[in-house]
Amino acid sequence: MLNFITRRLGQSAVLVLVMSALVFVGMYVISDPVAVLAGEDFTEADRQALAAELGVDRPLIVQYFNFLGNVIRGDFGSSFVYNRPVMDLILEKLPATLEVAFLAMFIGLVVGIPLGVYSGLNQKKPATKTISFATTVGYSIPNFWQGVLLIMLFAVWLQILPASGRGDTVEVFGVGWSMFSLNGLSHMILPALNLAIYTICLQARLARSGTQEVMYQDFMTFARAKGISRERIVRRHLVRNILIPIVTITGLQLGGLIAFATVTETVFSWPGIGKLLLDSIHNSDRPVVVAYLILITLMFVTINFIVDVTYALLDPRIRYT
Amino acid sequence: MPTDVTTVEVDPVAAADKAEPTFAEKFWKVFRGHPAALAGLIGITVFVLLAIFAPLIAPQDPYDQTQLDILDGLLPPGSQLWDGTPSLLGTDALGRDILSAVLYGLRISLFVALVAVIVGSAIGVFMGLLAAMKGGWVETVIMRTVDLKMSFPGILLALMVLAIFGTGIDKVIIALIIGAWASEARLVRAVALSELKKEYVDAARLAGLSDWRIMGRFLFPNSISPVLVVLPMSISGAIGAEATLSFLGVGVPITEPSLGLLIANGNDYILSGKWWISIFPGLVLVAMVLCINVVADRLRDHANPYLRGKD
Repeated sequence: MLNFITRRLGQSAVLVLVMSALVFVGMYVISDPVAVLAGEDFTEADRQALAAELGVDRPLIVQYFNFLGNVIRGDFGSSFVYNRPVMDLILEKLPATLEVAFLAMFIGLVVGIPLGVYSGLNQKKPATKTISFATTVGYSIPNFWQGVLLIMLFAVWLQILPASGRGDTVEVFGVGWSMFSLNGLSHMILPALNLAIYTICLQARLARSGTQEVMYQDFMTFARAKGISRERIVRRHLVRNILIPIVTITGLQLGGLIAFATVTETVFSWPGIGKLLLDSIHNSDRPVVVAYLILITLMFVTINFIVDVTYALLDPRIRYT
Repeated sequence: MPTDVTTVEVDPVAAADKAEPTFAEKFWKVFRGHPAALAGLIGITVFVLLAIFAPLIAPQDPYDQTQLDILDGLLPPGSQLWDGTPSLLGTDALGRDILSAVLYGLRISLFVALVAVIVGSAIGVFMGLLAAMKGGWVETVIMRTVDLKMSFPGILLALMVLAIFGTGIDKVIIALIIGAWASEARLVRAVALSELKKEYVDAARLAGLSDWRIMGRFLFPNSISPVLVVLPMSISGAIGAEATLSFLGVGVPITEPSLGLLIANGNDYILSGKWWISIFPGLVLVAMVLCINVVADRLRDHANPYLRGKD
């Protein structure tokens, strides 16, 4: 097991290095920062001075190791737009993204799994047909368009939920959270729902195929033969057995949710890191973009690592391949 | 009197037809008894025709500034423009007819998605074949890159590409190509590996054909069908991805708005109740993606040997 973990850790490290090199080459070599920052009236001498100040006149490999050294120390420089350390900026916006992502995941699981189990158990019922059609439509409608529709329905026509912003936040551990105030919570519902729709569809499909597979296994027949009630069979025998793939996908999905939050946060003007990334791309705020990409890579690598290790713990066959 | 088989008249064309079903027959076999898939196919045809003939159908050239009149701005659906042209779906803030804008937007959305998927799949197929054929470090490098790509959500990679190269139609296509090739490569490699074990490949090797020749002449045609099956799914995915990127403002430029950008333009007017500007482009987008997806589902089910017989 230790062997597996070390090998897997090595792979993760290589992955992070490759991605950091790609981001570095992309942001500092392909698009020349001097050209971006230089004014119209810059002379050649001014340009050279600027290049020296930014350190881009040194050999590439030196630049890359400087960059890497700074990244390891958590120093991504200062934002061109906000004139503040990028790390502070991201840490300040992160809670907003996290709370919406977790609420979305919660909604996705709580709604998706029961829908899937129900349609797996009752394959012939009309409700199942409706669920299956709804999940197909849910997959087909682009995320941002669902957001636009939600705003139109709940904020413009029914006028029961706010369409944008975070609402009131409550300070807990020195960080503002929307979920602890009623007003903030009402602002969270639409973005979280928007983010959750894909998860609901995915979990419903997973739970349905899982249920169909488990339903005809011998232990299910045996449980029925023992005369256990239907409800107890579903809870004790069925759901526990379909949970393994669901847990895996849920872990991987969490990263996907944070990535997709870029879209949802833009639609609902939710001030999280996704909106920060897009604003920074629009404003050519390079340090923020670089920091976001590096941090999100780290996050994905960590999530994948944890999922793989958990999987290996659960299934010994994986460890020995 | 015994019949001499050699004298029996055989119509060679009919015999050939019987042996190999025609394209129309195969086609009918896939779609017969599946009204939803057939409707999807008709829908796709209609959208493609609308996109091709947009300049002929559209009541207005939405990008010809001389045809726009600011007085026509924000008219609701069913109004008439200043010059008497009926505006079935209303106008946007600049007095642009939404129907015309949607027809032109459809062209751009379809064009971007098709180019990206075709080029992306071609690269993916080539990489997959190469990995299977060459093995060794070539395979390791290709498949590790595929793993790397697959471990990130497509939207993030696309944003990364666009952050580096800037925006524009060509950049969006590049971003979508980077998003499209990896799954195809993985698919083709798997099929090609099993094809490589077959005798015809040994025969070709013994005949002294080069690796490249075997790859192009034998492996390619025999490994391509799974890619063709997932192609419609890739196209609808690319349409959605392009729309998302354009909606976020990092996709196509304002001068060549796709459906996604039209929705983004209308998004600013939603809170003031001007719903038509973003609803109609969105409906077209969703209808198109849905049509492609039902056809794609049908093709996938048909290609799945476990389900074959059951339909």
